[in-house]
Amino acid sequence: MNDMIEIRWHGRGGQGAKTASLLLADAAFNTGKYIQGFPEYGPERMGAPITAYNRISSSPIRIHSNIYEPDYVVVVDDTLLDSVDVTAGLKPEGAIVINTVKEDEEIKKSLKGYSGKVYKIDARKISMETLGKYFPNTPMLAAIIKVSKIMDENDFLNDMQGSFKHKFAKKPEVIDGNMKALEMALKEVKEVK
Amino acid sequence: MSIRERLSGNEAAATAMKQINPDVVAAFPITPSTEIPQYFSTFVDNGQVDTEFVAVESEHSAMSACIGAEAAGSRAMTATSANGLSLMWEMIYIASSLRLPIVMSLVNRAVSGPLNIHNDHSDAMGVRDSGWIQLFSETNQEAYDNLIMAHRIAENKDVLLPLMVCQDGFITSHSIENIELIEDEKVKEFVGKYKPEHYLLNKKEPIAIGPLDVQAYLFEHKYQQAEAMRRAKQVILDVAKDFEKMTGRKYGLFEEYRLDDAEIAIVCMNSTAGTTKDVVDALREKGIKAGLLKIRVFRPFPAEEVAKALSHLKAVAVLDKADSLNGVGGALFEDVVSGMYLNKNTVPTVSYVYGIGGRDTTSKEIESVFNDLMEDRKKEKIENPYRYIGLRKE
Amino acid sequence: MTDINKDTSACKMTIAGNIYEAGNAREFKTGDWRSVKPVYIPEKCIQCGLCFPVCPEDAIPVGKDQKRTDFNYDYCKGCGVCAKVCPFGAITMKVEGE
Repeated sequence: MNDMIEIRWHGRGGQGAKTASLLLADAAFNTGKYIQGFPEYGPERMGAPITAYNRISSSPIRIHSNIYEPDYVVVVDDTLLDSVDVTAGLKPEGAIVINTVKEDEEIKKSLKGYSGKVYKIDARKISMETLGKYFPNTPMLAAIIKVSKIMDENDFLNDMQGSFKHKFAKKPEVIDGNMKALEMALKEVKEVK
Repeated sequence: MSIRERLSGNEAAATAMKQINPDVVAAFPITPSTEIPQYFSTFVDNGQVDTEFVAVESEHSAMSACIGAEAAGSRAMTATSANGLSLMWEMIYIASSLRLPIVMSLVNRAVSGPLNIHNDHSDAMGVRDSGWIQLFSETNQEAYDNLIMAHRIAENKDVLLPLMVCQDGFITSHSIENIELIEDEKVKEFVGKYKPEHYLLNKKEPIAIGPLDVQAYLFEHKYQQAEAMRRAKQVILDVAKDFEKMTGRKYGLFEEYRLDDAEIAIVCMNSTAGTTKDVVDALREKGIKAGLLKIRVFRPFPAEEVAKALSHLKAVAVLDKADSLNGVGGALFEDVVSGMYLNKNTVPTVSYVYGIGGRDTTSKEIESVFNDLMEDRKKEKIENPYRYIGLRKE
Repeated sequence: MTDINKDTSACKMTIAGNIYEAGNAREFKTGDWRSVKPVYIPEKCIQCGLCFPVCPEDAIPVGKDQKRTDFNYDYCKGCGVCAKVCPFGAITMKVEGE
């Protein structure tokens, strides 16, 4: 019970935050963990702010409620920083990862004095360079793995290779791009000082 | 060896249906159970099942098709939620009164209105007196296991009643969680072939089903249903025993969690039981003797057994995820307290209505219920037994 | 099946009122529903065959020789359709008990 990690995802409908939370659940599952991956469903559609959650633990997870005091928060779209209280309940010993190109100072300012660690990553650049399109969820998935250390990076990459092979069985040409996006993201996560 | 997997509750239900491989599935999509017929129709398309999938034009037709199929002598299943079940209402009673062991996966959602697609138990509570067996499931695992056991219970000659397996919409239906699946062959063997004694397509025995039932007969036929419901209790336990032999997973009429030596306890159903278990453990660490009784079998209601299991307590809270709007308290509360009264159990008991329309229920709120009980146990008479969790009242 | 009646106890009844034998309508005699009674006058009948096909209760027996005989009052409900179709006045309707 005590080693349970809770993660909250903030994104916009259509950006793949829900998919990313499910992929993270998959990856953790494949390392033998107990997992939960669930979105907070609403009537929202494309573009509306959405929330998704992960619980990862080495013992069975019984709690069935949303996450109010997460260990980690992932922000897939930095335009949410103005409208959503992304650090609400976030544990100070945890961390937040934001997809942004903003300056450190500006990021800090929008986090309402959150005292824990803050990381940033330019998921747009990584996605455009590796996939040629803007799919922020793949780099963000790697970023949270890096920040939370919930699994070994190499195990994660090996597992994702397998997942992508399965997921993109009908378009194998995108597998390499996705793998590159993950590798690049693992390297490019930076701590905001 | 069971198969370690991770599935959502809907995937788990669809997987159980795939392994059961029924003769007919008739269903109409409705949130949050839509994925079940969606996944199942792909199984049909991929040739993974032999099922005749009937894509009907409404839930009324879905249940009608299941009734026709089951009466003809085949095994029929469906899935629905909330207003879908409401539209089935007429046929729900036909299915049970014709004693057709149809199995339904009910993904619980608030019955509108005002329009709401989220979880509560008002759909299941609306058909609690319709003569269907109702099993509730805390997790995707239990939703799966209950479905695997369903036909053995429903089709038993002492029972012959339709059965619905309930799980919480979105909370479990759309949450990916770990699950232990049973091998296809084992499920096939466990569920067995459907061999009805009488059926319409038996050319050796032309029969009539559903004739006019006048004053001289309907009463007795209802009594037969009531008797079947009473007998179902033992059959449910017998099937659970066989299931335990196969999987090691133990099921009863309800689950008692740290209840033996508890002084205060919560009674609830479905996913909230999991949250409550965590709270019970946390309170135990503080020396508070909290416990949980999780109802699995709501119909038939195990009144005597529940009353006995709660008899040593100092105070009990019954949590209902549907308000019966009757001025008294929730449906589960009423069943629990009637059972207690009949069995001379006078433990102070209160009703909490909670989680209506998908309102999230947190560990803190469950803890506050236990805190209330700590106060209630000291009182001679409880003044306000009809309460709410997480409601903005004033 | 036919031994199920208004005195049969629940444990001896079939479930759901199911009927496990075909062709049992003959066991439910409906003759006592009748308030008006058809009377057959053989002398006027030329065996034209118009009456028995219209009888809703199959209460006009027809022999192998294709000839009708007197009414089967166990089932005749006295609807009078036969009297209406008879062109020869071979069927008249009389109030029961007169």
